[in-house]
Amino acid sequence: MNPQDIKNTVKTFILSEYLPGEDPAALTDSTPLMTTGILDSIAVLKVVTFLENQFGITIQPHEAVVDNLNTISDITRLVMSKKA
Amino acid sequence: MTTKALHQLLELSASRFPNKTAVEESEGGTICYGELARLSDRLRDRLRSLDVKPRDRVGLCLRKSTDAVASLFGIMKTGAAYVPVDPTAPASRNAFIFHNCAVKVLIVETRLEEGLLQQFNQIGFAPKLIVLNGVGAGVPLAQALEQLDRVDPVPSAPSIVPDPSQLAYILYTSGSTGLPKGVMLSHGNAACFIDWCSDVFQPNEQDRFSSHAPFHFDLSILDIYVSLKHGATLVLVEEQLGKEPARVAPWIADKKITVWYSAPSILSLLTQFGKLDQHNYSSLRLVLFAGEVFPIKYLKSLKSLWPHPRFFDLYGPTETNVCTFYEVPPTVPESQTEPVPIGKACPYCEPLVVNEAGAEVARGAEGELCIAGSSVMQGYWNLPENTSKAFLPRGDTRWYRTGDIVLELPDGNYKFRGRRDRMIKKRGYRIELGEIEVALYQHPAIKEAAVLAFPDIDGVPVKAFTSTRDGSKLSIIELKKFCSENLPLYMVPDFFCSLDSLPKTSTDKIDYQKLKSMK
Repeated sequence: MNPQDIKNTVKTFILSEYLPGEDPAALTDSTPLMTTGILDSIAVLKVVTFLENQFGITIQPHEAVVDNLNTISDITRLVMSKKA
Repeated sequence: MTTKALHQLLELSASRFPNKTAVEESEGGTICYGELARLSDRLRDRLRSLDVKPRDRVGLCLRKSTDAVASLFGIMKTGAAYVPVDPTAPASRNAFIFHNCAVKVLIVETRLEEGLLQQFNQIGFAPKLIVLNGVGAGVPLAQALEQLDRVDPVPSAPSIVPDPSQLAYILYTSGSTGLPKGVMLSHGNAACFIDWCSDVFQPNEQDRFSSHAPFHFDLSILDIYVSLKHGATLVLVEEQLGKEPARVAPWIADKKITVWYSAPSILSLLTQFGKLDQHNYSSLRLVLFAGEVFPIKYLKSLKSLWPHPRFFDLYGPTETNVCTFYEVPPTVPESQTEPVPIGKACPYCEPLVVNEAGAEVARGAEGELCIAGSSVMQGYWNLPENTSKAFLPRGDTRWYRTGDIVLELPDGNYKFRGRRDRMIKKRGYRIELGEIEVALYQHPAIKEAAVLAFPDIDGVPVKAFTSTRDGSKLSIIELKKFCSENLPLYMVPDFFCSLDSLPKTSTDKIDYQKLKSMK
């Protein structure tokens, strides 16, 4: 899976679960998710579970932090590093 | 021992257990009882030199820490009341709170000082400040006091012994008009609850209490004062850690927590994401929860994962403190699909269930739960009309109207049935949906806004319906960002729905019933 596929998968999930009705173009790779209230702490847990199941990776508790999950780019980088 | 003033609990424990650890931070810092008492004495003396007098208010804008614990004791030792706020909430909200109750001094972390000062300038308010360079193990507080002492040494004088009716703290809760309101609680209001906890939970100096709730949340009263009264250790759960079940689950085991107290939401998350079967919880003897309904599905799972400790549901709005309690039986029947009841009244409270006209209903009939007794607040700060509306006078007694609809079961336990107004409980926080609407109306493009909650088994999702002045559709991302800048994060709606105009009733009011069907 290439980075663009990961970005698309993550974006589709976030739009459908947390931003239903939003114009997909408004959610960019660099839109802050955790620091703006788009993803609250429970949503973050669900995103992590989604990533683990979808990409067959394990995300450690200390990795589920704002530096790794605040944007779609951050999330993609985390998934890519796990898949490498 | 009967509690008279909250700060005396620390003084007594400091004389009995001077070298025992009083507070332990999840990041590692600790402080013993003797040192905690000395640090709070020093703050008391400094506050007096800043003209803090009995019955004044002193604000706290600090992360949960040893520094914050020492501060609230130092404040009460002067006879003043402490006013804690959520340091992560917007500065405008916190500035409103400090201004509203006219704090004479504010104890604040450096990183939060500028944002508050900007807000204070706009409203022409200038409390004196004690600024801490961060928090941790009481060190920044001690350093700030040392620095002040070098320039201006202050004499030491004994602590005030307040009258039980004197305010100990003011906790601000969400207000339906868009502004938070301050619940005034006295030493006596808290003392009867703390002493009851001593009787029921039998704490001792071997106990290790979790401190999961933030200090602006009333669950902190049990954590702080019951643990320190008995010479136990208060183990502070850092805010981010407290939100992450995968990290907090092993932490509870490793820290050998004996008494856990939190809103049910984090316990539900621990059940789902904590991998609890992988850790040793043999130290845990009490699991206490309060603040919202515990979904029975997760309570049953948690009890099967933690079969050993006793579980208690403690019910009560901030205005009454805990006023009913229920011990969850050792085995919850698999067939049970309803949440556990909120239980029977604590001995310092008297319950009354009334209909809309304020008349007592027949036993077993649904009605609003009203509470009288020694734990009930004095009123809302500077809001005599709201205070008057909050109480039902009957004879010589004032009954606090909880707004919660209950019914009494044949076994005498009360069962929670819902709310009579638009307040919800989410992750233990009280949220007036009207306060979110007021925030949305501040958005220049919004013409109409209505906010509704749609509770389900997993929580209480909040949805905002909006229409705009020019008929354009607003970006949901922008709306979430706007809300997060004007409201605490837990009040940001989960979902938004943009409509050309909101449905109306025949009297041209927003039709909430119709919106309810638009889930």
